[in-house]
Amino acid sequence: MPDLPKKKVGLIACSGEELPEGTVTRRAVRKVLETLRPDDTVTLCLPLFLAGGEGERTFAKHYPTIAVDGCDKRCAARATEKYSAEPVASVVVADIAKECGCGAIGTARRLNVEGLRLAEAVAEKIAEETDRQLKKKPGGQAGKAAGDKR
Amino acid sequence: MSPTRRKIPVAACSGIGKSLGAAAREAAYVLTEDLRPEKTKVVALSLLVMGDEEARREIGGGAAVAIDGCKLECAAKGLACSGASKVHKIAVFDVIRRHRGLKPEGVCDLNEDGLKLARAAADEAAKIVDDIDGEGRDA
Repeated sequence: MPDLPKKKVGLIACSGEELPEGTVTRRAVRKVLETLRPDDTVTLCLPLFLAGGEGERTFAKHYPTIAVDGCDKRCAARATEKYSAEPVASVVVADIAKECGCGAIGTARRLNVEGLRLAEAVAEKIAEETDRQLKKKPGGQAGKAAGDKR
Repeated sequence: MSPTRRKIPVAACSGIGKSLGAAAREAAYVLTEDLRPEKTKVVALSLLVMGDEEARREIGGGAAVAIDGCKLECAAKGLACSGASKVHKIAVFDVIRRHRGLKPEGVCDLNEDGLKLARAAADEAAKIVDDIDGEGRDA
């Protein structure tokens, strides 16, 4: 097995360019990567993944991944499953928008305040799933999972 | 351009890890919303590559424009695999060489230089769109 980072979760955003929900996936994933769980996550580039990026595919074969999709076509989840392994969790922005009772979220180019709020909610959901995969307590604290030497 | 002519599909790399990818994505929006809205249309790269029939119909065996952030050219590859008859490439990593003072930063929120770079890439893409349109009219 190649030398890969330890104890990381891969995040794959659909980045759908046609829908504002696609932009929400990007913003949410970046929020988790940069702020919420910077030590526990990496992003995998979906276009590269689809274009045959070996590094991305190898990571997704051996490490847990969370697919973050804008709509129920779930391109990120399906691509991960098709080319590597089934993602351990699948987050769909449209579903969270319903739960949040979000109204119009702006455009794919520019999210409005509601869109930014939705991205925060999606980011929190991704962080929760990340913690679950790494067997951490809510808030990012390390738990006592077997094999967890952190 | 005839009102019945199909819009030219534009795919951007949508790279989530680098500013140049973000600039490519922004350039696609500048092109399709500001510069040539009547002639172009954004298509979602992930849908295309996953074989979505509706997205592939948008390509329809015609010319398309790819705006890529890095040398891996995922958008160009995606369009080529989706049936585009010709893929016209804009490489943001080349565009920035022609605008050496720019220092793009950010992914979700590009800085001012990133937005300028996106505009420069979109300007180059608009010229290509006009050429494609001219060829179609002449044909």
